[in-house]
Amino acid sequence: MTISKCSPLLELRNVTKRYGDFIANDAINLTVHAGDIHAILGENGAGKSTLMKTIFGVHQPDEGDILWKDVPVQITNPAQARDLGIGMVFQHFSLFETISVAENISLTIPAPLSDLVKQIRAKGEAFGLPVNPQASVHGLSVGERQRVEIIRCLLQEPELLILDEPTSVLPPPAIENLFATLRTLSVNGIAILYISHKLEEIRALCDQATILRSGAVTGTADPKKTNAKDLATLMIGQDIPQPTHPKTRMNGAPQLTLNQLNYRDPNPNIVALKDINLTVRAGEIVGIAGVSGNGQLTLARLISGEDILTRDHASSIQMQGQPVGHLPPNARRKRGLSFVPEDRLGRGAAPLMSISNNGLLTGHRLGLVKNGLIQRSKRDSFAENCITAMNVQTQGVQALASSLSGGNLQKYIVAREMAVNPLLMVVAQPTWGIDVGAATLVHQRLIGLRDNGTAILVISEDIEELFEISDRLTVMYDGRLSNPVSTCNATCEQIGQMMMGQFAASLEAAE
Amino acid sequence: MDMIVFILTGAFATATPLLLAALGELVTEKSGVINLSVEGMMALAAAMGFATVYTTGSYLLAFAVAAGLAMLLSIVFAALVLIFSANQVASGLAAGILGLGLSALLGREYESFTLQAPSGLSVPNLSNIPVLGSILFEQDIVVYLTVTTGLCLMWIIQHSRAGLILRVVGEDPHIAHNLGFNVLRVRFLAILFGGFMAGLAGAYASTILTPIWSQGMILGRGWIALALVVFGTWRVLRVMIGAYLFGALLLADLAVQTLNLGIPSQVMTSMPYVMTIIVLAIVSRNALRIKLNAPVSLGQSYRPGQ
Repeated sequence: MTISKCSPLLELRNVTKRYGDFIANDAINLTVHAGDIHAILGENGAGKSTLMKTIFGVHQPDEGDILWKDVPVQITNPAQARDLGIGMVFQHFSLFETISVAENISLTIPAPLSDLVKQIRAKGEAFGLPVNPQASVHGLSVGERQRVEIIRCLLQEPELLILDEPTSVLPPPAIENLFATLRTLSVNGIAILYISHKLEEIRALCDQATILRSGAVTGTADPKKTNAKDLATLMIGQDIPQPTHPKTRMNGAPQLTLNQLNYRDPNPNIVALKDINLTVRAGEIVGIAGVSGNGQLTLARLISGEDILTRDHASSIQMQGQPVGHLPPNARRKRGLSFVPEDRLGRGAAPLMSISNNGLLTGHRLGLVKNGLIQRSKRDSFAENCITAMNVQTQGVQALASSLSGGNLQKYIVAREMAVNPLLMVVAQPTWGIDVGAATLVHQRLIGLRDNGTAILVISEDIEELFEISDRLTVMYDGRLSNPVSTCNATCEQIGQMMMGQFAASLEAAE
Repeated sequence: MDMIVFILTGAFATATPLLLAALGELVTEKSGVINLSVEGMMALAAAMGFATVYTTGSYLLAFAVAAGLAMLLSIVFAALVLIFSANQVASGLAAGILGLGLSALLGREYESFTLQAPSGLSVPNLSNIPVLGSILFEQDIVVYLTVTTGLCLMWIIQHSRAGLILRVVGEDPHIAHNLGFNVLRVRFLAILFGGFMAGLAGAYASTILTPIWSQGMILGRGWIALALVVFGTWRVLRVMIGAYLFGALLLADLAVQTLNLGIPSQVMTSMPYVMTIIVLAIVSRNALRIKLNAPVSLGQSYRPGQ
């Protein structure tokens, strides 16, 4: 697929970036040719994003050279990078929610809106990225937003496209589409830097891989010829522990019962929930698969109590057989609910408060507060226990939540929610955007909690994860929930079909 | 009937200073900055506008001086919040108090002086239409210009590139910065525009609407303008409707008091406030619409590169 091997498009020589004493990138060498699909593989915190931001001009390297088409360049800001022909799709999208797709793109590509609308449609068709240019961004799913980001890059005719964890937000069919798009781009001579920690994806897509660990290159490999285990060893430095998954006892008492749950969000762009029935029993993990934007967020909010039902419909949501649909979150937590939301910063934790105070948020029931006063030593030891339990990397209990990396914060939140000994635990996107090591640990702990008799509901877009940890699987599509199937009887294909709305497949699987 | 014509005719003029100041504040807030010094800027502008007309007789010069001074005060505010990233609420209150103090100081010599009120326009032919003629076509020029400005702003904010940039800076200054926009410059210009409009509002209040100077004559109109922006959910048309409604109710208060209906005057005086809140609360109860129009970053300091 490579067009010219002789002269590299981009070359990094001994690029080093430091933050104080911390070396984020240590003498990195990297060469990318036109038409390459080059993977940057590494765990969270390995320095992948820092390196890409250096290439894109978000910040400058402390040492080393960047060569663009054999010419040394100093890229001082993203606009300059764009002018050179470098486009980047960030993991956190830079789209404004209150304006339309075309208006968003018009901010960086000055052209009359009507022309842009046509160009967006044309690019979308050429590369298999359908979006409605006139749609307002706040109503778009994550997958659609990513398409908008990619189209925005493509409209600037880049020669190098950087994608930061692009599949962390996509369902499997959309991942296939994205890969097809990227291969088309590569055939057209556009080089792609693909950042990921998902081994199978990199093996399916990339021609070359550079593996980073703790800020340094630990090796390069042809991912198609190297097996996943070797790549993982380069990435983590040790073998990945597999979660143990003993047989479940299916006769636990129902902890959560959803009974003909119907709900329409005031925002008409959000999918309404229709006739949802589900029982989660003590000692089992039930997984809800599905493409984001099919009602999972609303369901999680209703179960956690962020949105509450009227008293008439209270029995649509029951805990231990008691209607709780009308109760606020605190009352539900008193009955043994704990909840890990999908949005870690902002909903799962207060970003500008310390780790110890964040522990207090839901741990206060464990005697951390006496006569309305916070027991500081108990609060701190509670936080320390959570840190130890999940091996959270942090500077201490007084560190701000926002200073933790995504994976570490997620581990901390999961530890905090487990520490209250819940009867029912609801987890949304438990391993979204966190590295393999952290994800495995979270999975192990969830299974351990299940074995101790907790009922667990996991809402995730990651099919592999659900197959790994769930006892039963169900799929959400357009606000409906399929009949749950036992994981051992289900296949990835059936679940994939159900994610596209073909619920008949669930009946076959159930038989 | 006469009373209704009186109310509707006067409503436009009564609403004009509120609307001018509210339109300026709307633009400032759309950029993500809340400037609470509107009352102070209006007072300073009113004092110096009055003094200029009193000494030179030129309304044009008075409006220019008033707008210029209010802009100077808004630059003080802008320096605090943009350069030093000071808290917007505290900085706004401080700048406002400075403006009120300056107005008292500079206007001391003119206390209780009056001006000859300028005569209103009279649009040929149209002003002879019964009822509507006197309501719509016998206003002063500033009233017409204010309506035009409002309509232009509505278009600019919704449809022009400048409006788009203003809105996105207010939604998320960090993304705007990453896309290459100069957030502080956009915010500075928005604050400056807010000052300009508050200056015009103050000058109109002291030289045309009630051409008499006394300290404290702005009477909280700056605060009402601020409230109109919020209750109008940052939408120009709603702010305009709210301002005119408020103006009409203020006059209705006067009119009803002359009728001696036995309603306590305190009740009537509070009516404009109560009614404006009720009406705007009803029209703006759609939570999604508010979410889509409210500047998300309102009140948050922004430093580039963080």
